[in-house]
Parts: sequence; C-alpha cells; structure tokens
Amino acid sequence: MTFRERLQAWRYNLVPDHIIGEILEKRWTDNAIPFVALIATVAAFGSQIPGFFSLYSLQESTRQLGEFSLVVIGLTVVMLGGGIDLAVGAIFALSAFAAIATFFIFALPVWVAFLAAITTGIIIGAINGYLIGYIRLRAFLTTLVILIIGRAIFEILIVNYGSIAQMSQVSSDIWDYIGDDIILGFSVPVLTTIIVAFITHIALTRSRPGWHVLAVGGSRRSAHNAGINVRRTVFFTYVFSGFTTGLAGFLFATRLSGTGIGTGHGLEILALTAAVVGGNSLGGGRGSVIKGLMGAVIVLVMTNGLIRLGYGTGTNQMVLGVLLAVAVTIDIRWLKNRHKVLNEMYVAPVYLKMDDAPSAEAGSGTAFELNNRLSKARSIGLGEIEGPEDVILDRNDHLYCGTRHGEVVRFFAPDYTESEVFAHVGGFPLGLAFDRDENLISCVGAMGLYSITPDRKVTRLSAETRRSFTSIVDDAVLRDPNDLDIAPDGLIYFTDSTKRYDAHDWTLDSIENRGTGRLLVYDPKDGSTKTLLDGYRYTNGVCMAHDNKSLYFCETWACSIHRYWLEGPKAGKAECVLRNMPGYPDNINRASDGGYWMAWLGMRTPSFDLSLRHPAMRKRMTRRLPQDEWLFPNVNTGGVVKFDDDMNIITTLGDLTGLSHPSVTSMREHKGQLFIGGILNNRIGLYDIENADKNWTAPVAYWGEKS
Amino acid sequence: MNASSFNQERIVLIATILIAVSASVFLSGFLNVPNLISIVRSISVLGILALGMAIVIIGRGIDLSMVAIMAMSVAWYLQMINDGYNDYLALMLVITGVIAIGALNGFLVAYADVPPIFVTLATGLFVFGYVRSQLIPSDAVAVPHGHWLELMGQFRLFNIPVDVFIFIALSFAAFIFLRFTKWGRYVYFAGDNPAAARNIGIPVRPMQVLRYVLAALISFIAGLLTAASLLSIQTRVINSNLLYDVILVTVIGGIGLSGGKGGVRNVLIGSALIGILLNVMTIADISLLSQNLIKSTILLAAIILDGVLNPRDEQTAQQGDI
Repeated sequence: MTFRERLQAWRYNLVPDHIIGEILEKRWTDNAIPFVALIATVAAFGSQIPGFFSLYSLQESTRQLGEFSLVVIGLTVVMLGGGIDLAVGAIFALSAFAAIATFFIFALPVWVAFLAAITTGIIIGAINGYLIGYIRLRAFLTTLVILIIGRAIFEILIVNYGSIAQMSQVSSDIWDYIGDDIILGFSVPVLTTIIVAFITHIALTRSRPGWHVLAVGGSRRSAHNAGINVRRTVFFTYVFSGFTTGLAGFLFATRLSGTGIGTGHGLEILALTAAVVGGNSLGGGRGSVIKGLMGAVIVLVMTNGLIRLGYGTGTNQMVLGVLLAVAVTIDIRWLKNRHKVLNEMYVAPVYLKMDDAPSAEAGSGTAFELNNRLSKARSIGLGEIEGPEDVILDRNDHLYCGTRHGEVVRFFAPDYTESEVFAHVGGFPLGLAFDRDENLISCVGAMGLYSITPDRKVTRLSAETRRSFTSIVDDAVLRDPNDLDIAPDGLIYFTDSTKRYDAHDWTLDSIENRGTGRLLVYDPKDGSTKTLLDGYRYTNGVCMAHDNKSLYFCETWACSIHRYWLEGPKAGKAECVLRNMPGYPDNINRASDGGYWMAWLGMRTPSFDLSLRHPAMRKRMTRRLPQDEWLFPNVNTGGVVKFDDDMNIITTLGDLTGLSHPSVTSMREHKGQLFIGGILNNRIGLYDIENADKNWTAPVAYWGEKS
Repeated sequence: MNASSFNQERIVLIATILIAVSASVFLSGFLNVPNLISIVRSISVLGILALGMAIVIIGRGIDLSMVAIMAMSVAWYLQMINDGYNDYLALMLVITGVIAIGALNGFLVAYADVPPIFVTLATGLFVFGYVRSQLIPSDAVAVPHGHWLELMGQFRLFNIPVDVFIFIALSFAAFIFLRFTKWGRYVYFAGDNPAAARNIGIPVRPMQVLRYVLAALISFIAGLLTAASLLSIQTRVINSNLLYDVILVTVIGGIGLSGGKGGVRNVLIGSALIGILLNVMTIADISLLSQNLIKSTILLAAIILDGVLNPRDEQTAQQGDI
C-alpha cells in the first residue's frame, strides 16, 4: 500500500464525512443560522453596552422584549399559515389605547381594560381574517391598508382623547403590579410570553388545528383538496395574531400608562424582520415559535443596541433593511437549493481495498468458473412479471414471487402458466419465507417485515428496531429489509441492508460502500425486533444452516459470507467464512444435498475494485456525472453457486449469453428443479438440477411433513 | 348596458364625474381655473409616481421603495450641491445610485426569486436609512439659491406650473412605451403569464430589472419636481402615507394587482379621482387625519373590488403569493 493510499484510507475511513449530510437532513439545522446570529448579536451588543447583562437591566429591557415577542408569535402563526400580518402596528396601538381609555377615562377595573384590549385585537384580526381568508384578498396589501386605516383612527383618537387620559387620577395596584413588578425574577410580559409561546408551540406541533395551519401554509391547494377548511384556518390565524398583539398592547399600556402618536409605529416592520430573520419561511409551512422568538431577540437587541450606542437617525432603518433583505434572500435560496446541497454532501464514500479474487471466467479452471448452463433454463411468466427478487414454493408446489408493482404473484402448479395476484402489499416484496403455519413472511423494501396468511391477509410484523445511541438520522426505521429466514423456534432472522439509503438507491450505497447493514431478529411471541449485528457492507441473503445451529448471511459489497452462531460455544458471534468471491452474493437458500445455493447478483470488475480505493474519485463522480454514467457494481453477469458447510464450492451455474438470467438474486430448489429469480429480470427461470433429490422440498426440510 | 361594460374603470370614471359635478354645484371655489390648476398640480407628483408603479404592477410586481428613492436621491443630490460638488458630477452620481438601487430591486426579484414586496420594502428601508445616517446630516435639505431646480419651480407657461407639463409628457412617454414598443408589450406578456412569456422566448428577467430601474428613475424625477415646488426635500415624507396614495391611484384606476391589465389611462383616471377628492376634502375643511382615514378606506374598497373582479382560485393560486 502506497503512502498516498494509506492517507486516503485514513482520510475517508476515519473522518466521519457522512455525519455532515445526516445533520443537514435534520430539520433543526434550519435553526442553526438564526441561533448563531442570535449569539453573535447578544455577544456583540452585550460587550459594547456597559451593564447590559446586569439583572436589573435585563429585567427592564426584557419587558419590551416580552411585548414584542408576543407580536412576533402572532405574526409567526400567520406566516406559518401562508399569510402575513402588517396590521400589528395598528392593532398594538389601538389595543393599548383601548386599555388606557377603559382604565383612565372610564375608570373601569383592570380586567375590563384587559378585555377591551384583547377584544380590540381580536376584532381587527377577525376583519383581516375575513378579508384574506374568506374574500381571499392579498394578505400583504390588505393588512397594509388595515394598518393605515387603524393608524388613522388611532391618531384621531389620540389627538382628541390622549390628553384626557393623561390627566386622569385613576390608579390601581394591579395595574402597577402588571406594569412594574417582578414575579420569580421575571417581569409579567416575559412570563406571559413564555406561557403563550409554550401553548402556541404545543398547539402548532401537537394539535389538529396547529397541523391544519402548517398544512395550509405548506401547500394551500393540497390542504384544500385534503378537505381542510382552508378559509377558516386562515381566518383564525389572523384572529390569533390579533389576540397576541392585543395582549402585547395591554402590557404596553400597563407599563407606560399612556400612549402617544408614536406607539406601535413601525412595529410591523420590526416584527416582520424578526419573524423572517428567525428563519420562518415566507409563504408558510416552515417555521416555529422558537424561530420567531430568536428573531425577536436578534432584532430588538440590535435596534435598541444601536440606539443605546448612539448611532444617528436612519442607522436602524439601514440595518433593518439589510437584515430583512439578506434574511429573505437566504430563506428563499436555501429553501430552493437545500436538496441540492444535501445531494452534494450526502454521499460520503469510504476506502476499501478488496483482495484479488479467483477468476470466474469460463475456462479459467477455478472453483468459481462460470458456465453457460443457466441459459438453458425454461422461463415462467416471461414478460408478465417485473422484478421477482425472491421466489418460493409452498407444499402444494405453487410458486410465489414478489413484483416491482407491490404484489405477490402466485403461479399454479404443475405447469406454472397460469398466475394470479396472491396479495397486494404496496411495497416491493423482496425476501420470502414460509413459517410453520404456512404464512408467507416477506421483507418488503422500504416498508418492513410483513406476513401474508394463506387466506391472503397482509399484516405488518415489524417496521423498526431499537434506535442506536450514536445515530443522527433515526436508524430505528428499516430502510432496506432484504432477506429473511425462520428458525425452528419461530424467530425470524432478517437483514436490513443499509441505514443510509432507501432501497432503490442501492447504487449509491455501493458507491459509498459504508458498512451500515444489519442483521436483525423478530420474535413473533412478543412482537419485538432486536438488532443482532451492525456495520456490514450491505447485508443480504440469510439462510438457516441445515442443523439450525447457525445461520449464513452474506455481505454483498464485501463479497463475503458470514456465519452467525445461534448455539454452541460461539453463540451470538459472527465469523467470516468465505471472503473474496468473484461475485456479489445475494440470497442464500438450502439445497437438497446438504449444501446451500447462493445467488450472485453481479460480478466484480477490476475497475470498480480500483475505484473502491479512490473514495475522492467516487465522490466527484456522484457530484459531477449524471447517474447513468456512474461506475457501480456490474450487474450484467451473475450466477448461482452451491457451497457446503465446509465452504467448498460444489457447483456454479451461469448465463454467459446474458439473455435470460444475467443477474440472479434468488433461487429455490424444489423437487429436483431450481427456480431462479432476478430483481431486474422479467421472468422466473426453471432449471433441472442433475442428480438432485426429486422429492426434496424446502417446506418439508424446514417444518417436516404436514400432519 | 351589459355587465362587462360596467368594469372598475368606468365605475371610477363615473364616480369622478359625479364628485366633480356635485362639488361644483355645492362647493363654492371648486369650479374655477386656479383651483383646477391646483388640482392638476397637486396630483402631478403623485401621478408621476403612479406611472412608475403602474409599469411595475402591470408586470406583476410592486415597488414599495419608490417614495424612499424619490426623497433620498434628491436629498443626497441637494446635499452634494450644498457641499460644493460639481452639479453634473453630483447628478451623475445620483442617477447612477438610483439606477443601481432599481437594478438591485430587479435583480433580487428576477434572479433571486424573492417576492417583490419584501425586496422593495427592505431596499426602501435601506435607502432611507443609509442616506439619512451616512450622507445627509438633517431631515430636510434645502434647494440652494439660484439652482436650476428653483428656476424650474418658478417656471410658468400660460400660468400653469411646469409639473403639469412634465406629468403630461411622462404620461405620453409611458403610453408610447407600453403600447407601441416591443419592451412595453413584454410588460403585459410577463405580467399576464410569466411562465408562458418565458417559454415563447421573452427575456422575462432582464425586462423585470428594466421595470424596476424605470420605476426608480421615475421616482427620482418626481423627487426633483417636489424639491422644485417646495424648494427643499423633506425626508420624513417616507413616514407619510404618500406611498399608499400611489398604490391607491394605481389600484383604483383599475390596474389589477395580479398584473397584465391596465395602462396609462387607468393611472390618469385614478389620479383624477384622488386629486378631485383631496381637493374637495380640503375645500370642505376636513382635517388631514380624517382625510387619511377616508383615503385608506377608499383604498380598502378598491382592493376588495379588485379581489372580487379578479378573484384568486384555490387551485391555481401561487404558493407564497402574498
């Protein structure tokens, strides 16, 4: 191994590149940018402004933050529903005035003032909601006009009645308490915000109305077609925004005990900037209360900080303008390009040096030497089925296979010319096995382990295992369940080939070549699923040994067979019993003579083996080349191999013409005949085995004669 | 008279005539030449801004930065003159700046796919904030004595101020542009159906940039006229309702906000209605605050009418089209 190659091996096998892609796949990464901005803003202004972090200063400045956050929470909910609410500037001022007028001019109790403020907010919100939700006007312009109207009314009111309120002698302990006091170290506005934010968050993420809001924002049309009352949902988002803003207006009124012509002026721009800077998407569907709160802190600290640092008129607007433009642009571009970035980052190939394999070429004289015998196989269901990954026969000699269309098809004995859809599963059935009660158990690609009873009832047995502690993307889900076999005690041993890719992306997994394949066991008694082994390069076929004391499973991209011991001194341990085969192994099944049939889905090529030693090249390849020009394992030639418990290769079968069985993924021996399936094939092959036991069938070998 | 002939444009025209007729009957001092000239003059700056806004809106956009550009470009220009810069140099600098900000608007809208409302809201804020905090020391900047703007502001032809002629000339130019030039027709195509326009080979995105640049330049002209007649420019105008008046004029004249509809005629009708209305309200001694309320209520009515006449469909409405 050259030094350069060793460096490559270290670089690509020790640096966990794949984590970046997995982290990017998480929704919470959307929060990272606003969070960093939040820390940076607070740190920058906190270090510049003396006394910024003192308790008193924080308590006082957070009063304003509490009010502002309430407004932002309301706006966030509206934005999540796909709208926008600029009227908050007017709602805030009018609610504050309503509270002031009720309390100081009409001398009514505080709770009436509170109700007045809230009602004012809800009424204006309802007007917005009616116009936008039911008449379906444009949110931006409509709320803008409501803002102007509201401000005009507010200014008329303030000019005419502002001074009366100011000269009032009314006072109340509760009023002052709300405005000035501290509970448990927090001011009332902050406590209110925490409560409202918590409730809103729970409602958005865990309740039907909240989901409706997100659905409408995410795709208005789909929500409509799904039967959600879009108009009412939109209506209530504005009512909610009116409510929280009214609440903020009330808190403002108690804090300052007065309103002026500038109350709430420009609040809509501040709140909008906050919501967008926090990472809530324009157009709806993506965002959260937390994002809104982060944006509120950023914007308020920044604008107040600039004022306290003594920058002149206009600086605030300049900074806000830049902030808004940058945040909106990043939001739009990120949403648009996120999946591209993810695609670029996700594939993280590792280094692997495969040892030279014995040749499988015809005439090479090795044990693996392929011949042309499979080309003579007869065809069953030619052109009628697509993708029989696995084939299996029952006690009555009927033949079953899965198809790409999500069905299990049954061919009738004895001539297998007639077929029917045995059951519709919905996903692509891969590995098949019969249990003691003649239920057909199947590994369904990307769905999990399923059972089909003889009377065709489909039930899901398992779709997940225990999540591993170090996983970033939830690896409890079975992404690619592939093959299974059943022990005499009923335990179902099955493989999940990869945690990183969905079943149809197996080429990407082969290019990445990272070991994430698992061997799992499902216990039908308690319905539990356990992970037995992890970290193999594409675990595939599983077969119980004839003595049922161990099982064989193959590791496709490593071209190896492993033996997992169920009993004896090595119980619970796996050992590699055959490595460096010239082909990529797939399913393994029992043979009548005490050996095992193994399918080769393809043959190794020197070019792909070489590319495995150049991870950087493979990464470049997936980024820059179209998919059909990628170098990945050859699946144009496969074959069938029979081995015994001592790992002697007994027979090989191949189709060198490549016409009928180029790639083989499964085979079953039944009464002296071999049934051959291929995931890319359009037929099942039928091959007469020389010198085979004409009476041997797998159901009898596994479960004995039927009683 | 069938339903289609009863569209918004005609309603507004009839309303305008009705208001004008009843005002001339009931309000003394409405129907005389000086008042009519003052109506046209009062509406000319608004009308010019509305022309720019119309071009953008017909192309399915909106420009909320026009008033900021109008005030701040002229303020910067006058500040440079007051600081002793060469007049031509200052003018060139400002025009470059105006084109740059218009191009920035257009670029972000056309190439970055950001909704125009947010782009222009942000650039409007930025233009005000930047010029106010970095380039000019106070809220208002006066026109220097003897400057050509002062002369222009005093210029009268047949006793009619020059603003009126410039409004008429710009309206005519905009009319020619929209009706008879290739790029002007593109505005309608792109506004009606941007995807189809792009498919038939129209350079939709460069044309979008062009429209925002035009709107910015028109704003600058409107700013020069404001400065000429008031002999100073007050940057606090961006806090006023001028921008909403511009949208009011455009929308109420019958230019649909979903684009592709309307023309200069609609701007003129909208201007006439608003001009007469403001004049009538002033003569009737309605306070400025109440005038704001009335105007904004009319704008709301216009938007509701627009929404009813050009309803949005649940199945075809664009996601994020707010």
